[in-house]
Amino acid sequence: MQVTINGRPRELIGGVSLAHAVALLTSAPSGVAAAVNGAVVRRTAWDTTALAEGDQVEVLTAVQGG
Amino acid sequence: MDDPLLIAGEKFTSRLIMGTGGAPSLDVLDRALVASGTELTTVAMRRVDPTSAGSVLALLADRGIRLLPNTAGCYTATEAVRVAAMAREALGTSWVKLEVIADERTLLPDPVELLAAAEQLVADGFTVLPYTNDDPVLARRLEQAGCAAVMPLGAPIGSGLGIRNPHNIELIVEQAGVPVILDAGIGTASDAAIAMELGCAAVLLATSVTRARSPELMAEAMRLAVAAGRLAFLAGRVPRRHLALASSPPVG
Repeated sequence: MQVTINGRPRELIGGVSLAHAVALLTSAPSGVAAAVNGAVVRRTAWDTTALAEGDQVEVLTAVQGG
Repeated sequence: MDDPLLIAGEKFTSRLIMGTGGAPSLDVLDRALVASGTELTTVAMRRVDPTSAGSVLALLADRGIRLLPNTAGCYTATEAVRVAAMAREALGTSWVKLEVIADERTLLPDPVELLAAAEQLVADGFTVLPYTNDDPVLARRLEQAGCAAVMPLGAPIGSGLGIRNPHNIELIVEQAGVPVILDAGIGTASDAAIAMELGCAAVLLATSVTRARSPELMAEAMRLAVAAGRLAFLAGRVPRRHLALASSPPVG
């Protein structure tokens, strides 16, 4: 299935978890937030959140700014 | 002198809030932050970049500097509320520097979207510190909405133009029941001192330090200027006079 992670299309196995998608980008144990289709998913729920075809995943962290 | 800054019941010794934006490297940023004496610093929320080296978060954790995530780059209340929610989840703080800008050219706040976002975030339990125009009416509305501080600009972000409308800043200070933090437009140390002399509770700056020829030196200058301006405010300046007043005895 295809999902979009941080604006980039990715081909992933169907039903893969959000935790897996985040791990493609970062292994940071903290300081990262993820949203699926605009809704923030708590870190504790990443393992149990299954992605579906067409999902838009955003993975953010803090950078220098402001 | 014991004169802490209180924001939402939290106590800060330093009245200088230094942002992390614009520094050429983490090392330069680190030295500037230390020289500034800041205890609270802004960070932005951006997409994870797997190729980026080093983390500003690790640096700030090492230095024990508290985080104030911002919503920079948001143009609507909806976007800002979403970024604030992401920041709270990522960083474990419900404090947010709320920025909702109107256009890229001026980066001025969009007052309508700003107030809407502030109301929503307060309802969602955030401690909201809004970056606002130097408009006393909008500042009052933001305070009424439950913001923990109001942060009027001195001049557009990164412009270094100083405080373009000191009269409005004074009006905002006079009426405010929450800390007024001068945010944006500071160019050099005297600007920061003037902000404090006008009665601001604190100054938030980044560019004037991080893009100075020597960020570390400028950070120290800002620390001293904020402290000096605060003391001058508390001391009370002499009135401006049209004519001279001799400071030596006229007779004897």
